[in-house]
Amino acid sequence: MKPLEPGVSPAVLARPSPSPSARQAWQPWAMLREMVVKTWVIAELEARKLRHDPTELFTRAVQPALWLLIFGQVFARVRAIPTGNLSYLDFMAPGILAQSVLFIAIFYGISVIWERDLGVLHKIMASPAPRAALVSGKALSAGIRGLTQAVIIYALAALLGVDLNWQPQALLGVVVAVILGAANFSLFSLIIACLVKTRERFMGIGQVLTMPLFFASNAIYPLAIMPSWLQVLAKINPLTYIVDALRALMITGATPGFPLGLDFAIMSLTTLILVAVAARLYPRVIV
Amino acid sequence: MILQTSNLTRRYGSLVAVDHLNLSLQEGEVFGLLGPNGAGKSTTLKMLTTLLPPSEGSAIVAGFDIRHQAAQVRRVIGYVPQLISADGALSGYENLLIAAKLYDIPRTERDQRIAAALDFMGLSDVAHRLVREYSGGMIRRLEIAQAILHRPRVLFLDEPTVGLDPVARHLVWDYIRQIRQNLGTTILLTTHLMDEADLLCDRVGIMHLGRLVACDAPQALKVAIGKPEATLDEVFIHFTGNQLQTTMGGYRETARTRRVARRLG
Repeated sequence: MKPLEPGVSPAVLARPSPSPSARQAWQPWAMLREMVVKTWVIAELEARKLRHDPTELFTRAVQPALWLLIFGQVFARVRAIPTGNLSYLDFMAPGILAQSVLFIAIFYGISVIWERDLGVLHKIMASPAPRAALVSGKALSAGIRGLTQAVIIYALAALLGVDLNWQPQALLGVVVAVILGAANFSLFSLIIACLVKTRERFMGIGQVLTMPLFFASNAIYPLAIMPSWLQVLAKINPLTYIVDALRALMITGATPGFPLGLDFAIMSLTTLILVAVAARLYPRVIV
Repeated sequence: MILQTSNLTRRYGSLVAVDHLNLSLQEGEVFGLLGPNGAGKSTTLKMLTTLLPPSEGSAIVAGFDIRHQAAQVRRVIGYVPQLISADGALSGYENLLIAAKLYDIPRTERDQRIAAALDFMGLSDVAHRLVREYSGGMIRRLEIAQAILHRPRVLFLDEPTVGLDPVARHLVWDYIRQIRQNLGTTILLTTHLMDEADLLCDRVGIMHLGRLVACDAPQALKVAIGKPEATLDEVFIHFTGNQLQTTMGGYRETARTRRVARRLG
């Protein structure tokens, strides 16, 4: 055994931490606190990565911009879609925000497969953070990405003359709806990633899911003009409730198709269920 | 015994990756798990670090059961996976900061411990550079730093020197010795490098097709095969029969190993 090299400071290596006593009966508050703290740590990790390389946020904004500028402008002229007291552009702007949240979140699961292939995931999973916090941290960071898209879409919509509601409560509601919406789809995406486990299969499934989710919703046309079978699909599609809440909150004079409370209750409930399922399946991605 | 497995087994379909493994480690020793690719070393480590549930059997790590007290086990172990666990999109400092937060290192101690770890590993100068720009040896040192930041009682290193050049490899060996010496950490590492095991480990276990075929101090194993002057390579060949690898799943494993080697090298 070689002696310690002089000059190397082993101050880190003071003494091992005492092994925690076989503690922990049922401590719901401690567990909740742990959950919140660790969710925040994972979201911080993702936010730091974004700060080092934010290009993705801008490339992601191109598609919704095209929808608003081209599709929105053209259909606003056609006046083919009955949108009540709102202009078509007013009607669709929240739908496009929801769409861009959907698109940025639905492929988020691939990052987990990527991290698994790298090995980063192994390190995180061997840490004491609860599994549920690992997935909800990912969901929250998808929400942060969604918010950056919201900023861009608000700017574009304002330029196009969309009648935006700038009241603080309404803006706060939009923030919550975007975070919950992104959480919904990113968790759904994580679950798929845990089941299919490879990038190729995941991309295939992601492509297949995105368009039906978007078109079977009230994002760019109202529920009322859909054939009844599609209305049924749209009503079990969480995107519909996200769009509904966003529309009521973002646009002056818009009224929600469902009670706002119902929109938020559905978004929160599906988020909770998806966190539970994703936390359960998360360790599988390693195997 | 700081670590004890009893009939620890893992099956993937019909393939038995780890077959009724019985292993015990004394506190403070450096133990090397040797074996060719596919012998079950990494699978064993994944079970001991609670990443993979065993199909059968159990293990106690630092007093906690890996099946029923997984959360407690995770608090007292450190793990450096074979793959690259440092996040290339973050700086070295940020990697350690996140690790410190995940392991609940008190806020008051955080900065000082991170600084000390960076200093110890010789990474202070590059702390705020992205890990993507690090050399292979620097990445490995950072990974070891983040695995010991919370002062684990047992440290698991999965092929810690794979893909490193000889200089970087020697440096990693020195660090492993120092960690043991200063912390008294028990270290379980896997390797297929015989000289690494001979130099570093108090005891080695030789795994072959999921089973432990020999387990003792390197010198004692040499004596046991009747050749005290033998290299550990010869011991290894003696116990594994030097047959061609017949396990399945070689493609994926090989692809991974080469990918890691490319990234580190």
